Amino acid sequence: MIEVKDLHKSFGDAHILKGISTTFEKSKTNLIIGQSGSGKTVFLKCLLGLFEYEKGSISYEGKIFNELNTNEKRDLRADIGMVFQGSALFDSMTIAENVMFPLRMFTKQSFSEMEDRVDLVLKRVNLPDAHKKMPSEASGGMQKRVAIARAIVNNPKYLFCDEPNSGLDPKTAIVIDNLIQEITDEYQITTVINSHDMNSVMEIGEKIIFLKNGYKEWEGSKDTIFKTDNEAVTNFVYSSNLFKKVRRMYIEENQ
Amino acid sequence: MKYLQNIGVYFLMIKDMFRKPTKWSVMRTLIFKDIDDLIINSLGIVAFISFFVGGVVAIQTSLNISNPLIPKYLVGFATRQSIILEFAPTFISIIMAGKVGSFITSSIGTMRVTEQIDALEVMGINAINYLVFPKFIALTLYPFVISIAMFLGILGGLAACVYGGYGTLEDYIDGVQNDFIPFHMAYAFIKTLVFAFLLATIPSFYGYFMKGGALEVGKASTTSFVWTSVVIILANYFLTSLLLG
Repeated sequence: MIEVKDLHKSFGDAHILKGISTTFEKSKTNLIIGQSGSGKTVFLKCLLGLFEYEKGSISYEGKIFNELNTNEKRDLRADIGMVFQGSALFDSMTIAENVMFPLRMFTKQSFSEMEDRVDLVLKRVNLPDAHKKMPSEASGGMQKRVAIARAIVNNPKYLFCDEPNSGLDPKTAIVIDNLIQEITDEYQITTVINSHDMNSVMEIGEKIIFLKNGYKEWEGSKDTIFKTDNEAVTNFVYSSNLFKKVRRMYIEENQ
Repeated sequence: MKYLQNIGVYFLMIKDMFRKPTKWSVMRTLIFKDIDDLIINSLGIVAFISFFVGGVVAIQTSLNISNPLIPKYLVGFATRQSIILEFAPTFISIIMAGKVGSFITSSIGTMRVTEQIDALEVMGINAINYLVFPKFIALTLYPFVISIAMFLGILGGLAACVYGGYGTLEDYIDGVQNDFIPFHMAYAFIKTLVFAFLLATIPSFYGYFMKGGALEVGKASTTSFVWTSVVIILANYFLTSLLLG
C-alpha cells in the first residue's frame, strides 16, 4: 500500500500540488484522473521520487520515502515498475533486451534464467515471437505491451502507468487496460495509473482520484463515479454526450 | 549568470559520472558499443581528411619557398611539425566535435525527449554514469585515432610532394626526420587526452540537460558543437602556453 499525506509541490511561485492525501491499495488498479494542468503528472513523478516535494509524506508499506537512505531507496526502486506514456523503450536494444534490462541490472541470474523469465513475461503480454524485433519495428500497442513486460519482469510490488492508452485505438486500449488489471490481480501489485481515458475509468477504476487545480477534488470507484453529484467530476467525466447517456441509463437501471 | 550556473551543473555532472557505478557486465557492453560508435566509426573520415590536408600542407609549403637558400627538406619538416603539433590533435578534434559531439548530444537528447532517461532514473540507475562514463572510457582511445591522423597526414604530404613533383622522396624523409623533438609527441598526446575528455563530457552535458522536443535536440547539437569547439580552442591555447611556452 502507498500512503500519501498532505503532499505539497511547487515550481517557483506556481503551487502545483496543494495538500493531497490518499492511499493506493494493494491488488487494486488506482486511477488518477483530472484535466490537463491539474497536477496528475507532477503527482505521479512525486510518487516515483523523480520530483522532490516541499511538504507532506509518501510512504511505501509504512516506510516514508524521504526518510530512506540511498541503499533503501535503491531497493525500493527495484520494486517499482513504470510504464511511460511513450513507452520509453531503449532504441538501441531489441524487445527481448529491453525486457531483460532490469534483470541484468538488478539480479544475479544466469543468462538462461533471464531468457526464461523474458520468454514468460513476453508470453504473458501476448508477444511470444517479438524477441528479436527492434522497438521501432513494433506498433504502438506492441510497444505498450513490451513496456508492461519490462515493468513486471522483476516482480515489482508497485506498477505506475502514465497514460498507458494514449495514442492507441479503442480496441487496443481495452486490451492494454485489461492486461494491466489482470497483471495487478495476478501478481498482487499496487497499480497507479494516470489517465485521461474515460473508458479506462469505467473499465478498471477500482479506485479513482480526481484532481482539480492541485487539490484532490473527489475520491471513489468506477461504481460510485456514476452516482456522484460532484459537479467538477460530472463535468469532466461526462463531458461527452455518449457518457451522459451511459450515466443516465445506469442511474435509470439502478433506480 | 546562466553561464556560471551551466559550468556548475557541468562539474556536478562530472562528479556524478564517477558515482554509483553501473554493474560491470552491463558497463562492459556499453563501453564496447561506444568504442565502435565513437572511435571505429570515426576512422574513415579522420583518415580521409588527414591524408589530403597533409598533402595540401606539403604543396603550400613547397609553393611558398622561393628562396634558393632555404633547404628543400623544409617541406617535410614543416609538414611534420604542422601535423603533429596542431593539425592532428586540434583540427581533428574540432572535426570530431562536429561528428562525435553531435552524435553524443543527439543520442542522449533523444533519450531525454523520449523519457528513456526517466526510465533509467525510475529504476534507480545513475543515468549519468550509465550514459556518460562509457563514452569517457571509449574516448580514452582517442589518442589512437590521432596517431593514425599523424601518420596519414605525413604520408599524404609525402605523396603530394613526390607524386606532384614538389620535391624528392629523400628530401621529404630527411625533413620529417630532421630536428625531431620527442616532447612534441608528448605535448600532442597530452592535448589529445584533454580534448578527448571535453569531447565526451560537453556534448553529453548538452544532451542530458536539454529540455523540449525534437527541435530542441537539433538546437542542443548545434550549441554543443559550438561550445565544444570553443573550449577545445581555449584549452589548446592554455596547454600550449603551459607545455611549450
